[in-house]
Amino acid sequence: MTKTKKKGNFNQLGVLIALILLCVVLSVVTGGRFLRLNNLMNVLDQTAFNAMLAIGMLLCLITAGIDLSVGANAVFCACIGGMLVLRDVDNSFIILIAILVCGTLIGLINGLLLTRLHLPHPFVSTLGMKNFLWGMALLVTGSSMVSGFPDGVMWLGSKSVAGVKFSFILVIILYIIMHILLTRTSLGRSIFCVGGNPEAARLSGIHSDNVLTFCYTVSGFCAALAGIITIGRTSICNGTDAVQPYDTDAIAACIIGGASFMGGKGTMLGTLLGALIIGTLRNGFTLLAASSAIQNIVLGLVIIVAVFIDVTRERMEAKARRLAAK
Amino acid sequence: MSEYVVELKNATKRFPGVVALKGMNLAVKPGEILGLIGENGAGKSTLIKVLTGVHQADEGQIFVDGVEQHFRDPNDSAAAGIACVYQELNIEKLLSITDNIFINKWIKGPGGLLDYPTMHKKAKEVMLSLGQDVDPTKPAGNFGMGVQQMIEIAKAVLINAKMIIMDEPTSSLGEKEVEQLMKTCRELRDRGIGIVFVSHKLEELFELCDRVTVIRDGEYIWTKNVSDTNNDDLIAGMVGRTLENQFPKEFGTKGECFLKAEHLEEGGVLYDVSFEAYGGQILGFAGLVGAGRTETMRAIFGADPIDGGKVYVHGKEVKIKTPSDAIKAGIAFLTEDRKGQGLVLAQTIRTNLILANMKGFSKGLFLDEKKILESGEGHIASLRIKTPSIDEIVGQLSGGNQQKVVIGKWVNTDADIFIFDEPTRGIDVGAKVEVYNVMNELVKQGKCVIMISSEMPEILGMSDRVIVMRGGKVMADVDRDSKHFNQEDLMKAAWGGTLDD
Repeated sequence: MTKTKKKGNFNQLGVLIALILLCVVLSVVTGGRFLRLNNLMNVLDQTAFNAMLAIGMLLCLITAGIDLSVGANAVFCACIGGMLVLRDVDNSFIILIAILVCGTLIGLINGLLLTRLHLPHPFVSTLGMKNFLWGMALLVTGSSMVSGFPDGVMWLGSKSVAGVKFSFILVIILYIIMHILLTRTSLGRSIFCVGGNPEAARLSGIHSDNVLTFCYTVSGFCAALAGIITIGRTSICNGTDAVQPYDTDAIAACIIGGASFMGGKGTMLGTLLGALIIGTLRNGFTLLAASSAIQNIVLGLVIIVAVFIDVTRERMEAKARRLAAK
Repeated sequence: MSEYVVELKNATKRFPGVVALKGMNLAVKPGEILGLIGENGAGKSTLIKVLTGVHQADEGQIFVDGVEQHFRDPNDSAAAGIACVYQELNIEKLLSITDNIFINKWIKGPGGLLDYPTMHKKAKEVMLSLGQDVDPTKPAGNFGMGVQQMIEIAKAVLINAKMIIMDEPTSSLGEKEVEQLMKTCRELRDRGIGIVFVSHKLEELFELCDRVTVIRDGEYIWTKNVSDTNNDDLIAGMVGRTLENQFPKEFGTKGECFLKAEHLEEGGVLYDVSFEAYGGQILGFAGLVGAGRTETMRAIFGADPIDGGKVYVHGKEVKIKTPSDAIKAGIAFLTEDRKGQGLVLAQTIRTNLILANMKGFSKGLFLDEKKILESGEGHIASLRIKTPSIDEIVGQLSGGNQQKVVIGKWVNTDADIFIFDEPTRGIDVGAKVEVYNVMNELVKQGKCVIMISSEMPEILGMSDRVIVMRGGKVMADVDRDSKHFNQEDLMKAAWGGTLDD
């Protein structure tokens, strides 16, 4: 029916093809080890953390912003859990609530810094927040690894049903909810419009500031969930992880999935496929026992190529628009 | 040696699915000002881009001083002596005037470092020669549009351009700046430079140009001496038929006072602005650019905070703090900057049409896509928005069609007070009439329309009553039946004079 819709499908089809190709290549070079069921489940398990962070990242990217604090926020949230464990809190419910409240609050603060204090592009403020949270994560845990989380906290990241981790099931549920939110509700439509032209949206009666704050708050909430997942997967929390490139992995998932730094674009499905590509790559490295040097080099290149594809796509679309113009 | 400094012959330019130029001709003599007019979409932009080397014509020839030229890119065209001042200026606002003028043509001293003293001196000279006594070391963004435009012209002068194309140069200028621009154009003409002057304002063409070329649908229609043509003739040439009435004014019945503003104050911008607007009428707001008309409307709409004053809607005082409050009170506001403030260009028509009333197009939690589609298709038909589909990206539509999408957006809010800020700026004659008809329709439904316009004929043609502003103050309130309802008196008020009864 429409040009734009067709193009959207085409982009996601491209990502899907890339994912399938990657799987085929990995199956061949690992002699079939990749395709074993428990390895595939491993991929989903490894993907869940990044896919969770990518939800919030995608919302921020659609508004032409960015949230560089998601990774540090997830680690900080896990460390808040660790701090409570160190203080002999063993009620899972209290720990989970504390983690979710902290993460969401951090997201809310990111949003308010942008919309109420009018700091410039969130690149700067969330980068500052990342460093702040890194320090806080070390501070609350006394710079030590913490273990001994109660089962209730571990449940999400460690238990599974029919071989599929609950964390990945939660990711799928959230992706479906966010997909419906983005495509079928006025709030979702507002997010795209605020990304395209915040002033026009404001003068059309949309509370642009609140929409932006919502996106960053969701990002913080998702980071908290990711923090819970990481506790379950590793059974520890470690403040030094806050400098891991979790943020760039999340950005890469969104961009590979068709989002743009210019804002106004992106889909949940594409982002999920993007996160799966990154998860598959990381899994492949493990199977092939690739050194961490090689891992970093390849992932770095993938991110650069993804951004390159993004700008090329922009340019091609701009050209098509020029040609279509009278 | 040819009679013409630049001559374009039989140029054809095809884009996928559309022929933008068909056998186009354009010939400019040295030392003349040639007007170029045509509706939006007539091919003016493409014609300009072919002349400046941005596009390459598929067929046809370009001669400069009688010698055939092939422009592969804008550098070739500039080297041949063709310069263009685009409607959207290419000014680096944070850089100094000198930097802007000498961009990519820097004068270097010994050792290859930039020789700023020489460049500042030259910049000062060339700006002075254009009637602008400015400090070239100051950032270009500190100056108004008029000066910024002169910077573009200075660039053209500096490369010794033989021909300068000006693409709607007056559309963003105030009255005085337009006068200065025309003066400069005449001086450049007297220096032997050929000028192509693109404008939507016919009176400017008559005032300034020696000859005028009319194009339509990518085709050359005719070129005449300005003394041999008139308004109706030009319009007939542009639209291919005679427009009986440029302003098809229809009258509604005057209703109650819909909107009343009392003592609006905004520090340094508005001073004690009070007025009333009635249902079934168009209230025109006249004045010079910067008279505070847009600011008044932004204040009422909650777009900018105000320091004092009250707003009444249907006799009841309303507290409007945000645009959202204003929309709830039934006010719609078509901003003058439709690209920057009215539309989300990267989104579809479908989305832009519901931008101001998503709640009204929701069923429970979800958007009612069926209702959105039906109402959207309805607006496309009734407003005659030319588009292949409702899912077309708005940025791809022409100016007039974009404006219709903005109108559709506001009609969708069920407002009964419509503020139109420069609703016909930058759109073609045919689309203008359609915008006027929308206003007529609203007025006949008993709604209240407020129209800000800087074009006096439009104000006189469409308004039932006119308020004239100057320097953030209301200067005059003139009824259509009043003896002051004429161009001279309204201009007098706009320039600070008083109207005696």
